Amino acid sequence: MTTWPILSVVTFLPLVGAALIWLLPGRDEAADRNARWIALWTTLINFAVSLILVARFDSSLAGFQFEENAPWLDGVIQYHMGVDGISLPFVILTTALMPFCIAASWRSVKSRVPAYMVAFLILETLMVGTFSALDLVLFYLFFEGGLIPMFFIIGVWGGPRRVYASFKFFLYTLLGSVLMLLAIMALYWNAGTTDIPTLMKTAMPHTLQTWAWLAFFASFAVKMPMWPVHTWLPDAHVEAPTAGSVILAAILLKMGGYGFLRFSLPMFPLASHDFAPLIFALSAIAIIYTSLVALMQEDMKKLIAYSSVAHMGFVTMGIFAGTMQGVAGGVFQMISHGIVSGALFLCVGIIYDRMHTREIAAYGGLVNRMPLYAFVFLVFTMANVGLPGTSGFVGEFMTLIGTFKVSVTTAFFATTGVILSAAYALWLYRKIVYGALVKPSLATIKDLTWREAAILLPLVALTILFGVYPKPVLDMSAASVQQLVDNYSQAVTAVKAAALVQ
Amino acid sequence: MIEAIVFLPLAGAIIAGLISLAGARARHPGGDTVEHAGHDAHHDAHGGAGHAHAAAVHTDDDHGHDDHHAAEPAAAGSRAAELITTALLFVSAALSWVVFVNVGFLKQDALIRLAPWIVSGDLNVLWSLRVDTLTAVMLVVVTSVSSLVHLYSMGYMDEDPHRPRFFGYLSLFTFAMLMLVTSDNLVQLFFGWEGVGLASYLLIGFWYKKPSANAAAIKAFVVNRVGDFGFALGIFAIFALVGSTDFTTIFAAAPGLTDKTINLLGWHADALTLTCLFLFMGAMGKSAQFLLHTWLPDAMEGPTPVSALIHAATMVTAGVFMVARLSPLFELSPDAQAVVMFFGATTAFFAATVGLVQNDIKRIVAYSTCSQLGYMFVAMGAGAYSVGMFHLFTHAFFKALLFLGSGAVIYAMHHEQDIRNMGGLKDRIPFTYGTMVIGTLALTGFPLTAGYFSKDAIIESAAVAHNPFAMYAFLLTVAAAGLTAFYSWRLIFKTFHGEPHDVKHYEAAHEAPLTMLVPLAILAAGSILAGFPFKDVFVGHGVDEFFRESLSLKAGILDEMHHLPATVVYLPTLMMVAGFLVSWLFYIRRPYLPVELATQHPLLYKFLLNKWYFDELYEVIFVRPAKWIGYTLWKKGDGFLIDGFGPDGVSARVLDATRAAVKVQSGYLYHYAFAMLIGVAGLMTWFMFGLGGQ
Repeated sequence: MTTWPILSVVTFLPLVGAALIWLLPGRDEAADRNARWIALWTTLINFAVSLILVARFDSSLAGFQFEENAPWLDGVIQYHMGVDGISLPFVILTTALMPFCIAASWRSVKSRVPAYMVAFLILETLMVGTFSALDLVLFYLFFEGGLIPMFFIIGVWGGPRRVYASFKFFLYTLLGSVLMLLAIMALYWNAGTTDIPTLMKTAMPHTLQTWAWLAFFASFAVKMPMWPVHTWLPDAHVEAPTAGSVILAAILLKMGGYGFLRFSLPMFPLASHDFAPLIFALSAIAIIYTSLVALMQEDMKKLIAYSSVAHMGFVTMGIFAGTMQGVAGGVFQMISHGIVSGALFLCVGIIYDRMHTREIAAYGGLVNRMPLYAFVFLVFTMANVGLPGTSGFVGEFMTLIGTFKVSVTTAFFATTGVILSAAYALWLYRKIVYGALVKPSLATIKDLTWREAAILLPLVALTILFGVYPKPVLDMSAASVQQLVDNYSQAVTAVKAAALVQ
Repeated sequence: MIEAIVFLPLAGAIIAGLISLAGARARHPGGDTVEHAGHDAHHDAHGGAGHAHAAAVHTDDDHGHDDHHAAEPAAAGSRAAELITTALLFVSAALSWVVFVNVGFLKQDALIRLAPWIVSGDLNVLWSLRVDTLTAVMLVVVTSVSSLVHLYSMGYMDEDPHRPRFFGYLSLFTFAMLMLVTSDNLVQLFFGWEGVGLASYLLIGFWYKKPSANAAAIKAFVVNRVGDFGFALGIFAIFALVGSTDFTTIFAAAPGLTDKTINLLGWHADALTLTCLFLFMGAMGKSAQFLLHTWLPDAMEGPTPVSALIHAATMVTAGVFMVARLSPLFELSPDAQAVVMFFGATTAFFAATVGLVQNDIKRIVAYSTCSQLGYMFVAMGAGAYSVGMFHLFTHAFFKALLFLGSGAVIYAMHHEQDIRNMGGLKDRIPFTYGTMVIGTLALTGFPLTAGYFSKDAIIESAAVAHNPFAMYAFLLTVAAAGLTAFYSWRLIFKTFHGEPHDVKHYEAAHEAPLTMLVPLAILAAGSILAGFPFKDVFVGHGVDEFFRESLSLKAGILDEMHHLPATVVYLPTLMMVAGFLVSWLFYIRRPYLPVELATQHPLLYKFLLNKWYFDELYEVIFVRPAKWIGYTLWKKGDGFLIDGFGPDGVSARVLDATRAAVKVQSGYLYHYAFAMLIGVAGLMTWFMFGLGGQ
């Protein structure tokens, strides 16, 4: 269908931009400016190219499209790329958010600008690669490799406790990635291939499924992050620069959910079914636990980070409900959270750039001097609360309605999240935006610049658009999700039938 | 035409919103630089003076009682914004009456499918507009009151510098409310439900500099969310049972659900009853019923027109509307109906008792609203849905009138709200006095006013209901009728009669401008005319013909009501007269009596004055524990347990080990890259050499 390797272009185009920046001479103001512009144009062009994917994508097909296949290592590991309805939304989310991240770093990053831009561009390649790799080893390289630029971003341009944050991240991720590597080997032993589409069609013995599921779970649960392996996230967010937080919340967190959808559910359906109660319990705990913790935060970024964990709880719950609404809702919730939480971190970044503090108590009454900011922040706060008409509602609603059919108790406890999220989000908004502006330090604060407005207003539009008309995203993923759900329920019922026969 | 009714207010809201944002932008230009305190120290005197001035303005606002922002100039485009939104609302209201006649009397029900919303697998939720008689009644109530409130606000808010924002919010509210009542499925109903909640939040907190307004706004939203928790679960349950959220499908499938159960926490509950109770929980939140009522009195922090529109006439009746809309479900679950009746009756009585002793003019009316909503739910519980809707219809007129009248009093008294500081105002503002008396007559059920027909019908429906709580509800609603008369006349007497208590304000009191008086006059007319002409179609023989399939009334209940003994029929009127007489005795004839009574029964008085101590109770059993748990989970759970035994503990050991092994500066990064490299190298080696053997 395609005449040129469009997926590879989308994946590796950022590397070209990175190379350009790297080759630029000089380390002065002009070089910094060039680096910014090159990075912005690269990400914009890449986004435009990725839109060709959308245009050419046939959403009625459940299988992979834009496939590219080339032998790579020993004929076993292949360079196999492709996207289906589940991965394409994430590819677009990544390419769409990158220009915003570059623009958000325009003024706030002042040291080592070219290196910063290079790190982001490499990160984009690795993230797009993760979502479009169709070979286990290739996936592993992209998946784990993405952490390296993220480490640089936190470690070099991060806050004062960046060493601690990185270490924490490192420890959590290390365990997961080693286990996942072992599981990848085990899968290869079993099937003789690392090709993901082939593996998805290969039936696996129940025991192997169980062990492989656990190994993958260790990695994805950390990425997600699920309770109780979530404690790296608040620290990483707090220390990361604004754009780093945006990428972390919007895209890196989605890799765990994507992994569950790409590997756990289709390849290990029986194990997924066995472990679903565990996931349900962890998800419900995550939603209630982290919402309560968010209620007491004193740092804006930490509060949003904890609320992210709660929102990801809806995703894991929906995915492992294994119903159409649950899984599609999980995908949608991830896309929506990508937009909304990314935007919330941008909102925090805007006042952080002005005041250089993230402490909630340092603010209050911003609406008096920043009315446009107050409006934008309100939209995202309401989306975070899950108000119908914003994209946040659709995902939450679908995952819950999909889970209720499977586990009433889980849905019951998870729904308490609607009360708690309102409490912490409105409390945050009230403390920062409402009230009289009495703090002398805020007396001369100014509203959004046009650059900042240009970053946030498109996200406002998307949040509301997907809230009232989520069809584009839902349709894109519908066929693939339907196939995934059908295969999953077939595998589970087959085993149940066999158990009855015995 | 129906699209126009619903979307004109949205257009108004967007236009007003844009005007507001553009004006705000002009006043507060952007910029990402901040002059820090350090710079300020050696700044020129001019800048310093500017700051001092700004600070002074804000302090004023903190102490100001109401909408005094005289120091700020009005926002640009204020006039345009209010004219546009008001004009659009009047068009919408006019069209609504046309639709009301078309649907109610000419039987032209409509169902318009606008666009797909959430479509996934068998879940198929559409944006649609459904207009049957039930909706048509709500359409006229919402758009009529809303347009009058828009008009009224042009006068009431004339000193406020943020009028475009105010009118934008009002129109946004109206749009959300219209989406709610025209919904054809539960999810769009929920959209409107939360949309009005958002507008309510924004309008209660409209004067965002007042801490009390902000607290009230959050409280309203969060308490409503407690109800929404139930509402959402109800929607999920319906979808799990029926596989659809469309009303038509649900009602068709409902009779087949009578024997189903839902397993919740090991309790096999009757599916229909549980679902209805979940949904009713939502109604309790939105309609401020007993236990979830605490937000409504606090919501009076918002501007008075908001109280009239949202917290009296329309939004708070959404719960009643919802139960009426789902009447085919509730009819199949007698247990759920019993619960509805219990809460309705309890609220009707409870709120009336609290209303007896309040001193804030708006809070008295607010508790009255709460109580009247309880009445409506009693009718719902009895299965006399059309009767409850009748009271919703009449109540919208006279309660909006009472609120707007109170607003005119507050306006005249320069933002004084305490009735102890009023008195004798009938000579200063006779027009307002006259309309308030009409509203009070209607509220207390004076013969031939609107409230007389609807409220008495509710008490009659309780008398004939086949419900375990029927007698309970009958007694409490009759008692509440007496209390209603007492507190309503108390308000009138203390405000308008007797000696002025605050001479300065009294002297300055003046009648409100025409934009405020015209809505009062129209609503006063409505408070009389909404009763008798509509009696037949709401409680008489025309009900079946008028409502058709939009309600499923309990069979025969209206007939039984018509055959009640005369003693029962006249009981509420007697109570009304008794309440009036006691009030007259207490506040006109022997004004020392209430004071004596309060000193003789201090416990009872305190109990009522403090609203049965619900706020204090909730603080102790919900708010503080939640905060404590949150804090403990954070510090002990995350900090001590998870981190202590997880990464911190491990990293301490790893750090020790790595420090000893390699001296790398900030080794964290290289560690990771190193581990990753080893992994990749191992994998490659394995593939390249290990496979060679195969």
